[in-house]
Amino acid sequence: MSEPIPNAPILSAEDVHVEFEARRGDGRARAVDGVNLDIAPGEIVALVGESGCGKTTLARTLLGLEKPTSGRVLHRGIPLAYTSKALKRFRRDVQLVLQDPSGSLNPRHTVYDAVAEGLRIHGDVPDERERVADALSRAGLRPPERFFLRFPHELSGGQRQRVVIAGALVLEPNVIVADEPVASLDASVRGEILALLLRLRDELGLAALVVTHDLGLAWNIADRVAVMYLGRIVETGPVEKILTAPEHPYTQALLSVLPEAPGAPVVLQGEPPDPTRIPAGCRFHVRCPVLASGAAAAAGVDGRCRGDDPGVLAGGTAIQVACHYARTVSSPDGPSDGPAAAARP
Amino acid sequence: MSLLEVKDLTVTYRASTSAASPEKRGSAGAGDVPAVRGVSFTLDAGQKLGLAGESGCGKSTMALALLRLLPKTAHLTGEIRFDGEDLLTMSWGRLRAVRWAGASIVFQGAMHSLNAVQRIGAQIGEPIRLHSPKVGDAEIRRRVGELLEHVGLPARRADAYPHELSGGQRQRVMIAMALACDPQLIVADEPTTALDVMIQAQILTLIESLVAEQGISLLMISHDLSVLADTCDRLAIMYAGRIVEEGPAATVFGAARHPYGQALAAAFPRIGDPASRRRLQGLAGDPPDPADLPAGCSFHPRCAVRLGHCDLVDPSLWPTAGREVPDDGESHKGKGNRPAGDGTRAACVRVLPDDGLSLVEKESA
Ligand SMILES: Nc1ncnc2c1ncn2[C@@H]1O[C@H](COP(=O)(O)OP(=O)(O)OP(=O)(O)O)[C@@H](O)[C@H]1O
Ligand SMILES: Nc1ncnc2c1ncn2[C@@H]1O[C@H](COP(=O)(O)OP(=O)(O)OP(=O)(O)O)[C@@H](O)[C@H]1O
Ligand code: SF4
Ligand code: SF4
Ligand SMILES: [Mg+2]
Ligand SMILES: [Mg+2]
Repeated sequence: MSEPIPNAPILSAEDVHVEFEARRGDGRARAVDGVNLDIAPGEIVALVGESGCGKTTLARTLLGLEKPTSGRVLHRGIPLAYTSKALKRFRRDVQLVLQDPSGSLNPRHTVYDAVAEGLRIHGDVPDERERVADALSRAGLRPPERFFLRFPHELSGGQRQRVVIAGALVLEPNVIVADEPVASLDASVRGEILALLLRLRDELGLAALVVTHDLGLAWNIADRVAVMYLGRIVETGPVEKILTAPEHPYTQALLSVLPEAPGAPVVLQGEPPDPTRIPAGCRFHVRCPVLASGAAAAAGVDGRCRGDDPGVLAGGTAIQVACHYARTVSSPDGPSDGPAAAARP
Repeated sequence: MSLLEVKDLTVTYRASTSAASPEKRGSAGAGDVPAVRGVSFTLDAGQKLGLAGESGCGKSTMALALLRLLPKTAHLTGEIRFDGEDLLTMSWGRLRAVRWAGASIVFQGAMHSLNAVQRIGAQIGEPIRLHSPKVGDAEIRRRVGELLEHVGLPARRADAYPHELSGGQRQRVMIAMALACDPQLIVADEPTTALDVMIQAQILTLIESLVAEQGISLLMISHDLSVLADTCDRLAIMYAGRIVEEGPAATVFGAARHPYGQALAAAFPRIGDPASRRRLQGLAGDPPDPADLPAGCSFHPRCAVRLGHCDLVDPSLWPTAGREVPDDGESHKGKGNRPAGDGTRAACVRVLPDDGLSLVEKESA
């Protein structure tokens, strides 16, 4: 077995594809259709995009819960092995925090049992009590003993989400993958949970992939953001850049419809697109306002919008955008493939 | 005259059905839940009022009370005047006429509550049929088709079953149903919660244009203050069954005076604003149990700027004068003192003359 590679990202997706047999025999759904993504130690990455774009599928694949149809997941530079033993070891380092805390806690288990469960699966029983107490207090439930014997219905929504987080922390992972960690919570509680994620990063160096359709959440806590559309990451880079000066027309539309956004909202019509029928060329072209307005034609890229796939973006931390128009207008010497030149078409 | 006038409304859920018997009314028993505790507001024709507050503060209870749709265990007092008529004393026959045609409601989580085995066209046609029994089938079909197109769905989707529609489409169906009898008022309880940003934007633009085109009044409920601030003219913030702040939407969202209103507004990030980047203040503590409210100002256990007498006085809504409630200076910057009389009211001793100390004396006298 190979040794972990120093300085490697703690978790990576390498050209990951995940396909499902679609319902009603509609062919295959390409839920994740070519994704490279790296999460460095201590980094908080937000994965954003509209419902059905493949965020949860990608997150589950990174956790080893779903096997990629092609491509691979790397843990500290080493390809994930899908044996139960290897996965168990992997889970100590990479933990999942689920959306909806009421759904992920058993109503008949006390807080103590809910948190201890992870340890017991791994057979670490000796200092169980201390470790449960420690996880609870790191999740901000203090003094922990006061919560040991409570049942989920005796907790507030924020406290329940903290218990779920404590359950993930008890194994002392280095990364957590959180799927919509605050979607079902009140505004006032939301701040509390996000502050907790930031504190865990600052104090323990915990890295996180936060899956959400809430761009405000990315602004609140993430270092980097990856915007996903119909199975692909279409724009990625530091939060300050991507959320204040987005270049992909899809990212621009997502930001424009936020209640606080300046300017006229670009409301994309129609339902989120269908992964069994991914359009040829740029997958966004059928809804793209830049193409519809004629701006893409004026820049001479409309043919490529309809005919050429802008390609899969590379991993790493660089600013990248999968859009012919953005690559043309933002580069002073005319059309080029920009930072993603190395990407496969 | 206002279209809707609510005066001192209270709603108490009785611990058991038997406790709701007439002889027990008026006396709060053990286990009773005072979900709405004296709410007053008015809504003019064509006006849009947003109602925000955290889970359990009584928003849905209030919405249901407006149409008298609460369960039998709920005991109401106060006045709800709709177009001049008191809804609380109205006969059932008259009430039926007002529902749908006067005021209609889009229920919270309603998109999950469509009848799974009935085509959506039939469900949209139902209120029309109930309301105008003489209207024929063909006319109802025509009207349903029109309503569907109005909310951006092709008329032929009338034949679809709910499971064939996405969440956003089902929410449109609920809105079509609410519009079926040309109401003057629509109450929308969390119409976009759980929908993603793009679908939310579609639904909100739809509601806004319908309200503007037809001069409908709107009472919109959400826990997302930023959505309400964007859609509504005025905003009311509820805490523990009361309105604690009310005023023009931009003022309440941008420069709330009640410490709870401030905490709620601060919970929504403004993208691009460095103040909300990696700096989060959640509101510590939990919403109070309505059956066991703290004494004095019910917000005092969680209030960062409470005064010594806040557990003694229970402030009511008061016009805000030119004084600022102290805060950390980061989240609500730059608004400065505003003159009294912009129509903002807050229920906090800090907006009262002399911090409400005179009330302490009165109450202890
Ligand atoms: N087990 C499955 N079988 C078939 N199709 C699936 C399966 N899981 C997901 N899909 C499809 O894959 C696509 C991506 O789904 P996914 O749950 O990853 O989206 P998401 O971005 O997490 O959406 P949301 O924001 O609504 O949670 C969807 O079209 C979905 O219907
Ligand atoms: N039928 C009922 N019987 C008894 N108590 C009830 C009933 N319905 C609601 N309550 C209680 O009344 C209070 C107010 O509930 P309500 O549903 O009005 O809150 P809300 O502000 O709409 O919350 P949310 O944002 O979660 O929808 C809560 O404490 C709730 O538990
Ligand atoms: S490549 Fe063309 S169609 Fe695709 S997002 Fe860019 S401008 Fe729009
Ligand atoms: S009355 Fe006192 S406790 Fe209540 S909100 Fe105002 S300052 Fe805070
Ligand atoms: Mg998901
Ligand atoms: Mg409600």
